Amino acid sequence: MIGGLFIYNHKGEVLISRVYRDDIGRNAVDAFRVNVIHARQQVRSPVTNIARTSFFHVKRSNIWLAAVTKQNVNAAMVFEFLYKMCDVMAAYFGKISEENIKNNFVLIYELLDEILDFGYPQNSETGALKTFITQQGIKGQTKEEQSQITSQVTGQIGWRREGIKYRRNELFLDVLESVNLLMSPQGQVLSAHVSGRVVMKSYLSGMPECKFGMNDKIVIDKQGKGGAGDDAGKSGKQSIAIDDCTFHQCVRLSKFDSERSISFIPPDGEYELMRYRTTKDIILPFRVIPLVREVGRTKLEVKVVIKSNFKPSLLAQKIEVRIPTPLNTSGVQVICMKGKAKYKASENAIVWKIKRMAGMKESQISAEIELLPTNDKKKWARPPISMNFEVPFAPSGLKVRYLKVFESKLNYSDHDVIKWVRYIGRSGIYETRC
Amino acid sequence: MPAVSKGDGMRGLAVFISDIRNCKSKEAEIKRINKELANIRSKFKGDKALDGYSKKKYVCKLLFIFLLGHDIDFGHMEAVNLLSSNKYTEKQIGYLFISVLVNSNSELIRLINNAIKNDLSSRNPTFMCLALHCIANVGSREMAEAFAGEIPRILVAGDTMDSVKQSAALCLLRLYRTSPDLVLMGEWTSRVVHLLNDQHMGVVTAAISLITCLSQKNPEEFKTCVSLAVSRLSRIVSSASTDLQDYTYYFVPAPWLSCKLLRLLQCYPPPEDGAVKGRLVECLETILNKAQEPPKSKKVQHSNAKNAILFEAIALIIHYDSEPNLLVRACNQLGQFLQHRETNLRYLALESMCTLASSEFSHEAVKTHIETVINALKTERDVSVRQRAADLLYAMCDRSNAKQIVAEMLSYLETADYSIREEMVLKVAILAEKYAVDYSWYVDTILNLIRIAGDYVSEEVWYRVIQIVINRDDVQGYAAKTVFEALQAPACHENMVKVGGYILGEFGNLIAGDPRSSPLVQFNLLHSKFHLCSVPTRALLLSAYIKFINLFPETKPTIQEVLRCDSQIRNSDVELQQRAVEYLKLSSIASTDVLATVLEEMPPFPERESSILAKLKKKKGPGAVSGNELEEGKREGGELNGAGERPGDSSAIGASNASTPSPSADLLGLRSAAPVSAAPPSAGSLLVDVFSEAGPAAPAAGANDDGFLSSAPPSVVSEDPAPPLPESDELLNKFVCKNNGVLFENQLLQIGVKSEYRQNLGRMYLFYGNKTSVQFVNFTTTVSCPGELQSQLNVQLKPVDPLVEGGAQVQQVINIECLTVFSDAPLLNIKFRYGGALQNLTLKLPVAINKFFQPTEMSSHDFFQRWKQLSQPQQEAQKIFKANHAMDTEVLKAKLLGLGTALLEKVDPNPDNFVCAGVIQTKAQQVGCLLRLEPNAQAQPGEQMYRLTLRSSKDTVAKRLCELLAEQF
Repeated sequence: MIGGLFIYNHKGEVLISRVYRDDIGRNAVDAFRVNVIHARQQVRSPVTNIARTSFFHVKRSNIWLAAVTKQNVNAAMVFEFLYKMCDVMAAYFGKISEENIKNNFVLIYELLDEILDFGYPQNSETGALKTFITQQGIKGQTKEEQSQITSQVTGQIGWRREGIKYRRNELFLDVLESVNLLMSPQGQVLSAHVSGRVVMKSYLSGMPECKFGMNDKIVIDKQGKGGAGDDAGKSGKQSIAIDDCTFHQCVRLSKFDSERSISFIPPDGEYELMRYRTTKDIILPFRVIPLVREVGRTKLEVKVVIKSNFKPSLLAQKIEVRIPTPLNTSGVQVICMKGKAKYKASENAIVWKIKRMAGMKESQISAEIELLPTNDKKKWARPPISMNFEVPFAPSGLKVRYLKVFESKLNYSDHDVIKWVRYIGRSGIYETRC
Repeated sequence: MPAVSKGDGMRGLAVFISDIRNCKSKEAEIKRINKELANIRSKFKGDKALDGYSKKKYVCKLLFIFLLGHDIDFGHMEAVNLLSSNKYTEKQIGYLFISVLVNSNSELIRLINNAIKNDLSSRNPTFMCLALHCIANVGSREMAEAFAGEIPRILVAGDTMDSVKQSAALCLLRLYRTSPDLVLMGEWTSRVVHLLNDQHMGVVTAAISLITCLSQKNPEEFKTCVSLAVSRLSRIVSSASTDLQDYTYYFVPAPWLSCKLLRLLQCYPPPEDGAVKGRLVECLETILNKAQEPPKSKKVQHSNAKNAILFEAIALIIHYDSEPNLLVRACNQLGQFLQHRETNLRYLALESMCTLASSEFSHEAVKTHIETVINALKTERDVSVRQRAADLLYAMCDRSNAKQIVAEMLSYLETADYSIREEMVLKVAILAEKYAVDYSWYVDTILNLIRIAGDYVSEEVWYRVIQIVINRDDVQGYAAKTVFEALQAPACHENMVKVGGYILGEFGNLIAGDPRSSPLVQFNLLHSKFHLCSVPTRALLLSAYIKFINLFPETKPTIQEVLRCDSQIRNSDVELQQRAVEYLKLSSIASTDVLATVLEEMPPFPERESSILAKLKKKKGPGAVSGNELEEGKREGGELNGAGERPGDSSAIGASNASTPSPSADLLGLRSAAPVSAAPPSAGSLLVDVFSEAGPAAPAAGANDDGFLSSAPPSVVSEDPAPPLPESDELLNKFVCKNNGVLFENQLLQIGVKSEYRQNLGRMYLFYGNKTSVQFVNFTTTVSCPGELQSQLNVQLKPVDPLVEGGAQVQQVINIECLTVFSDAPLLNIKFRYGGALQNLTLKLPVAINKFFQPTEMSSHDFFQRWKQLSQPQQEAQKIFKANHAMDTEVLKAKLLGLGTALLEKVDPNPDNFVCAGVIQTKAQQVGCLLRLEPNAQAQPGEQMYRLTLRSSKDTVAKRLCELLAEQF
């Protein structure tokens, strides 16, 4: 189990240090600083073993979070915990920065006491935590309130307290996807996958029971077999194959296992209902066509065409194409029809930005790169051209079919709930070799 | 220095560096550097010419980026341009860049060399110095090639400035160190010596470093420097502290120069000229006198400088080793330092005393400090000083104080640091043996040693104690008693069990009379330790048990019971199982008479060795038995070998392999045998160090020690060539089919061979590699042709350098002419001093008659015709022998080709057979030779046999070749 948790700033100074077990000494703090933060070579691995002690770290902007243990723990669990810890901190005081951590260190110690007990992770649901770890001073809590907290924390549904009331019952559902691609210069897809999240914000009264449905292939096929024959062909095309998925703790897994239906009592406020990954039938929103020509030893001509590949009515946003330049670049001239392009020496790349672009369009950039002749015989490695964008649909093809809310005790029904659904597709690592 | 035109500080550089310093993360730093690099690239692109200042600034930035650990692959050209600038700062930055970022790009090197040449020929001393520093900093071979001729000229030219001379001397020193072959001696060498008379002390200091280095290589050429150095030294020593102004350091006149002068003098023997010598002795006396004066300053620098000179002077006195008066004074001076407050001084004093102790004049004087040294060993806080104290005790030990010193060392051993325990153990063991006057004391000491520090007692130590006990009748009873008592301790070390098992097995009968140590008691005592021991020890104990059966028939049933139990007879370890089975059978089948013969008491060691030597000659097992196994095998196998049991089993082979025919059958012999076999003993270099020092001395002591070690003749130390190493025959066999390889290797020395032969002439290159970090002195080699070989072979040896530096390799050429057919191999004797101890070793040169083979191609018909012609019985030699290696056709072919003959394909009707033909070229005659090798591969592996037939027009040739070849397959 986790033996201790340290938070460092970028210089390696310890901001927060909480030791849970005796086998972790003070020297562990220094060991991580010396061997990871101040290491000569950049440490890439998130897990580092130093003198039989394992350090699991994540980095948020300039802040290092490191969990330390001497035991053989489940690394995935530790990282899940660290991510959760980041979420909790972000929910309490916003961005994780040195300044914020210093200002809230009492709160952080309080949180650490609550969410880790002798190194074992406890309830880390922000909604639940916020009921008893507050940023305001101690309110005079009545006996009933105190007993309510106890029953909630120890009860079956730890993530939602009872007696929530809203005048307007509202529900927001976001499908956030990031699409990853590696493409050969000839346009062949070498690898592609979409990792997506379903994020919900619920403002519902009472203890509602929700049911969430999407175009999961297995469910659709099952229904197709049972229902009319002509429906099967149509729904088969629209359904998607989910490779793997994980759920928020509120989802009843037994029901998912038996019927593959997603039913749950939602936490109050914002949370992530599920995460999933697909690899088949991905809609690639953009195609990048590179053309690189070396003219002698001192010149390079680059032409890049991007084509948008979705419905013309939709608009992609925040498009950014990053074209790497050789290390001995001495000057760059860029011509582009649309957007703005600039050579960024500090990143060794030409960055081309387009604010908006409709579907089924194409645009191109051409650049002349002057090179300084070097006595180094090393050839330029030609790193891939990468791309960033945001599109208003789900590249995996996922569709929300329904989200039903049942609340038996209170007098509102599914129709009274206002529901909002939004799809956002973003680029993950979206690269084309050149 | 020329005025700096445009502000020394480069603002852009300062801003850049502070930007980098302010970066919050590594990524930010890399971004900043990328930006700067792009900026510099665009500036260097060459659209418009840059002025010197900005060039300098950008080159500086590149240099800074490089020093941060990033690759720089441009800007060299700009840096070279800076070299031709007239401004000091620009030139300096250019040179700095070149010295830090050299690469062997040919065109650039040419440009750089050109710029340097220009600067060297300029009259500006600053520029000349910059150029010289650059050459010295780079110090590459290319630089040496270009400037090795030029720099000596600058050094000795009359009109060169002092500062330039200084730089030139040091630059030349650097070039000489990197590529001595390119710095040619010439008429400048004599003039360099006269730099010792230079007015400028800086020049003298620089020149003396160069002269010291040069004179180590060519002592003859620089002989004249001795008198000059002496006069210079006497001038410095006698000068008042204010005379030398700038070169007086905390009231000590020119300490560095004095040290260097004294060190230079250590390269030469004492001056022969009386006047010079007198003056030098006077100087040394003055230095010793000054040490007695009260210090002129309380500062530590003052005493450091003074002591540095003093220690160098003492080193010189020790080096000369001819002035008893000075030696004793030096010793007394060091004695004062032994109690000094300063740890470093105590360390140095102990170290110097170690060398003093080996001088006959001062040995007695050193001995007077024994109490202080023992005290140092006990109370010193610093481990390195304690180590030196132990060394000194070891060095000052002789018969008179051996008991005291050994006792002190033993008592210290209980609390000694783990790092020096092993060394201490070896030292105690050696001293105890070297100076033992009575053996019971020796046995007590060694057993104590095992008791106190059993883990650090290496195998050799307890082998040795057993050898001595076996060879000396009068200690056997005492040893048995002592061992018996020692074994009664509830926990005793495994080495103790080994010694105990061996000695009780041999001499248990001597104490069996006492009811307290009756046979059964002895056996039970040994067997109580059995289960706690490792496999080799258990094996030894089993041998001891079977010996018990012979010594005390009444124990037979008990021991048979033990042998019969499942844990022995079905032991998972093959060796133990085999022993248990064999011993059980032996004890039940053989009659008492047979048992008595088989399990007779071990004969004294030398006799046994000589009997095994004959065996070794007959059958040479593969030398790939690991060191430990080998030695264990020797011990165990030797036991049985004497009785002729178990022929051909691995341990017997091990025994014949390891046994050393060198008559001093002791530690030394073991030492020389072990390194040649595959695995060096675990003890490591430390051990060798000690042994190699002790080696020559031990038998010498034995010789005059009224018969203790009487079996060890003192020949090993004498200046006569040592008898050839036992392995040399085996080594020779390695080279029958190949011309290059490693001839010999031990912990000190490696000898490589490369040879080529044409007709009846051959040339052999021997490479002597010094594997230690200490130089070998008086390194000499001789080749002798024993007996009739003298008239058969003409061997000429080119002289070899008498000094082999630590880690260095020297080459020697040997020309060989074959006059007529021969069968023996010439002997190569190597002698050198390593750390004062004489090493003497003799090897056989890998020259065999087959080296002078000339291959002859012939057809099948011709071959058999000739074969038939040579059908007389004396012309043929045939041998049928077992295969030592796997029968791989390709390997066999390679070996036969390596032999020097032509391998004839498709001659023999049986394709599996090999036939070869060749002519041996000697000056007197040519001898034709035909060979046929018939492998019998059908037999079981391990049973594979060869039939080798040789026919030759001269009978001795066929026989000799047959002998040589039989070992190869």
